Amino acid sequence: MSRQYIIRKILIMIPSLLGISLVLFTILAMAPGDPFEELATNPAVPPEVRAALRAKFGLDDPVWTRYLHWLVAMIQGDWGFSFVSRMDVDKLILQRLPVTLIVIGSSQIIAMLVALPVGVLAATRPYSLFDQVANTLAFVGFSLPTFFTGLLFILVFSIQLDWLPFVYRANIDATGWQFYWEHIKQSIMPVMVLGLFQGASLVRFVRSSVLDVIKLDYVTTARSKGIGERKVITKHVVRNALIPVVTLVALQLPIVFGGAIVTEQIFRVPGIGSLLISSMLSNDTPVVMAVTFVIACLVVFFNLLADIIYGWLDPRISYR
Amino acid sequence: MDEHDLRGLIGKVKAGRLSRRGFVQRMMAVGIAAPFAAQLLVHSGVAMAQAKDTYKPTKAGGGGPLKVLWWQGPTLLNPHFAVGTKDQDGSRLFYEPLASWDADGNLKTKLAAEIPSRENGGLSADGKSVTWKLKQNVKWHDGKPFTADDCLFNWEYAKDPATAAYTIGTYQDVMVEKVDQYTVVVKFQKPMPFWADAFVGSRGLIIPKHLFADYTGAKSRDAPTNLKPVGTGPYVFKDFKPGDMVMGTLNPNYHQANRPYFDSIEMKGGGDAVSAARAVLQTGEFDFAWNMQVEDEILSRLEKGGKGRVQVTAGGNIEFLLMNQTDPWTEVDGERASLKTKHPTLSDPEVRKAIALLVDNKSVEQHIYGRTGPATRDFLYGPERFASKANPIEFNVDKASDILEKAGWKKGADGIRAKDGKKLKFVYQTSINQPRQKTQAIIKQAAQKAGIEMELKSVTASVYFSSDVANPDTYTKFYTDLEMYTTTMTQPDPALHMLQFVSWEAASKDNKWQGRNITRWQSPECDKLYRESESELDPVKRAAMFIKMNDLAIQNHIVLGVVQRPTVSALAGKLNAQISGWDNNTSDLSDWFKEA
Repeated sequence: MSRQYIIRKILIMIPSLLGISLVLFTILAMAPGDPFEELATNPAVPPEVRAALRAKFGLDDPVWTRYLHWLVAMIQGDWGFSFVSRMDVDKLILQRLPVTLIVIGSSQIIAMLVALPVGVLAATRPYSLFDQVANTLAFVGFSLPTFFTGLLFILVFSIQLDWLPFVYRANIDATGWQFYWEHIKQSIMPVMVLGLFQGASLVRFVRSSVLDVIKLDYVTTARSKGIGERKVITKHVVRNALIPVVTLVALQLPIVFGGAIVTEQIFRVPGIGSLLISSMLSNDTPVVMAVTFVIACLVVFFNLLADIIYGWLDPRISYR
Repeated sequence: MDEHDLRGLIGKVKAGRLSRRGFVQRMMAVGIAAPFAAQLLVHSGVAMAQAKDTYKPTKAGGGGPLKVLWWQGPTLLNPHFAVGTKDQDGSRLFYEPLASWDADGNLKTKLAAEIPSRENGGLSADGKSVTWKLKQNVKWHDGKPFTADDCLFNWEYAKDPATAAYTIGTYQDVMVEKVDQYTVVVKFQKPMPFWADAFVGSRGLIIPKHLFADYTGAKSRDAPTNLKPVGTGPYVFKDFKPGDMVMGTLNPNYHQANRPYFDSIEMKGGGDAVSAARAVLQTGEFDFAWNMQVEDEILSRLEKGGKGRVQVTAGGNIEFLLMNQTDPWTEVDGERASLKTKHPTLSDPEVRKAIALLVDNKSVEQHIYGRTGPATRDFLYGPERFASKANPIEFNVDKASDILEKAGWKKGADGIRAKDGKKLKFVYQTSINQPRQKTQAIIKQAAQKAGIEMELKSVTASVYFSSDVANPDTYTKFYTDLEMYTTTMTQPDPALHMLQFVSWEAASKDNKWQGRNITRWQSPECDKLYRESESELDPVKRAAMFIKMNDLAIQNHIVLGVVQRPTVSALAGKLNAQISGWDNNTSDLSDWFKEA
């Protein structure tokens, strides 16, 4: 893999990010709604206050000047100022990031921990009882939307059994083991809901990938050399089968930062997804813009990373 | 009830033959809001009653954590920027006004030493000034003393247009002067019957001068204290994550004895109303949940768990139906529903009368809102004991048909009534919200029986309630024949509320549809009453004027009340929380406690 290739890829990123930001900005600017709508419906507030606020935040300028302002500020590291919370957007996002990383990150890890062994095992014994059961469960898992499984979990584990709390609290007043235990207890449901959903589709993917590889001649050769079945699977099959899986996971990673809107809303997890949805509902465009743009950047970046990893895992792929 | 009757009643209260509560209840029966009724008494020389003290704990603290759930969490904690009730409720954990409104509409002292009255010299005879005596020995959370300078500063801070405070309306037309370290005077340009606005209730929260003095006007947004409040309230700030969590701990130096009861408070935001109700009523994870916009049927089912209860507190908010007085379908000078036009069919008073008879308030209450929306016909109404004698609820399809028949509106082959080629076909709009769509359906069905066709239109709330000048579907443009929404009575005084019926407030292109009179009703009689009420110092006469204005609007069928929208909260079984419909949910937080 040449250095030239990477540089070229990075250079291509710049116009695509500019294009993305332009589209996002114009769509948000054209969307109906007004961040100071509550002021307008309140009879005790004179209209001049709203006019002054609009002028202060530059909402009356034409879209293209607003876009240029935003772009210049963004390049200088100023992410904007939230209309609704009246604080810097980067602070708002950074407040939400740890919870998002912990909850969504651990759900991704759970998904992989479940999907890899189950997928590989199912593929090595295709159409066995284990494969049938795993397949069925995987189908059930990814056909049930998270809002359904989330509510189901709440009904069973919180309301019927009263084992787990269903309101996620980021600040827990406890120390030592108690602190971790409380955190684990409240994270179980959201992490499981997300992890099982993502794990289910990953199982299908791993299985088909392993099935593709296991039929190849070099595997038969390895077996005929007398290498143990276990070693054939782990050393020869899985390693090659994982190449597409790794790229898929890399492409999914931006989700870890973007949060999971529905699940966060159900369990009141104060992550980036819930910040995004509440900002959309209150027409807080600087926050919506910043969050969506960060996600867009991450998607572009991880795309590049996936390309690079792919080349590293499979040296036969050449770049020019 | 006219001025004479009112004077008679006030005389009885003075003589002790009628209780204050009895007086307030009678006032409410004729459509005078409770706080206003209480003010009538104050102005007439009857001191405001101190509300019955229900607080039981004998020492501060020891109550453990108080966990409350706001399904939309506070996003900022500076009361002067707190437009939404969620933000005001959050700010109220730390900040206090001089006085707050209790559930009966009486003033209750917070930072004031006493409530101004004619007796104690707080109110001037000409109605042009109010003198507030402040409590001494009140300390800000950082230990600095609270004084008259702080009040003065809040006035300067809020009235500066560069600050862009939402409280500007309260402070820009008054003058505040410091008399001594613990006395301030609020002066009005003209006699002011409703004097309890500045420094009172949700718009009267006081922020400390020593922390905000360097951040006024355009610099206001940079104040670090905006996000880390330092107030005088029952809880001291601990942590704040916008939209997610506000945390506070007991204020050991709180100025009211034995308060607060809870050692800490945790206000969690996010999620939806139903699951918030569930967390209080069914699992008991939380002690209190705000604004239960949930169908009563579901609330009742959750209540059966026995862990909590639903508390309904009457206020002044009203879900009502508006009839457009101008023609929304003809464009004149680039605007529809122009004041230069008349509605082709709704301008006939008989048609409006018939429509009023087709609104089945009681079914709407019974099948849709339940406890969360008692039926009413009045626009201006009192708390839950409401029973208007002047405007009873009448639903009668036959009578409506009869009226239309007599007025010459005959049914055509398609079953729709028409006269002179004009058909009784109306477009009826509201925001997208399930109870509203159900209400629309109930009214449409009755109208159909009487030969009126209604086309139902529902607009997404973020568009409907926006002030977007370019959008034709906002509620203030009212480009349809009928519409329905809830108007909030943010102030206990009806003056702002009744602006919706004066001609100069008509929403039009000239004022970018920001006028408060959405129906564009032009009534010289109502205008005259309102103008008189503005300069009328005698509160008794003024009250009679507001009642008359309500009756004019209702009896002319310009608007009609559908249901009241009280404050609905979910409380843990043992929690005792005083909620007022005239102030923020957390206005009396210092007095919340759990029964043993």
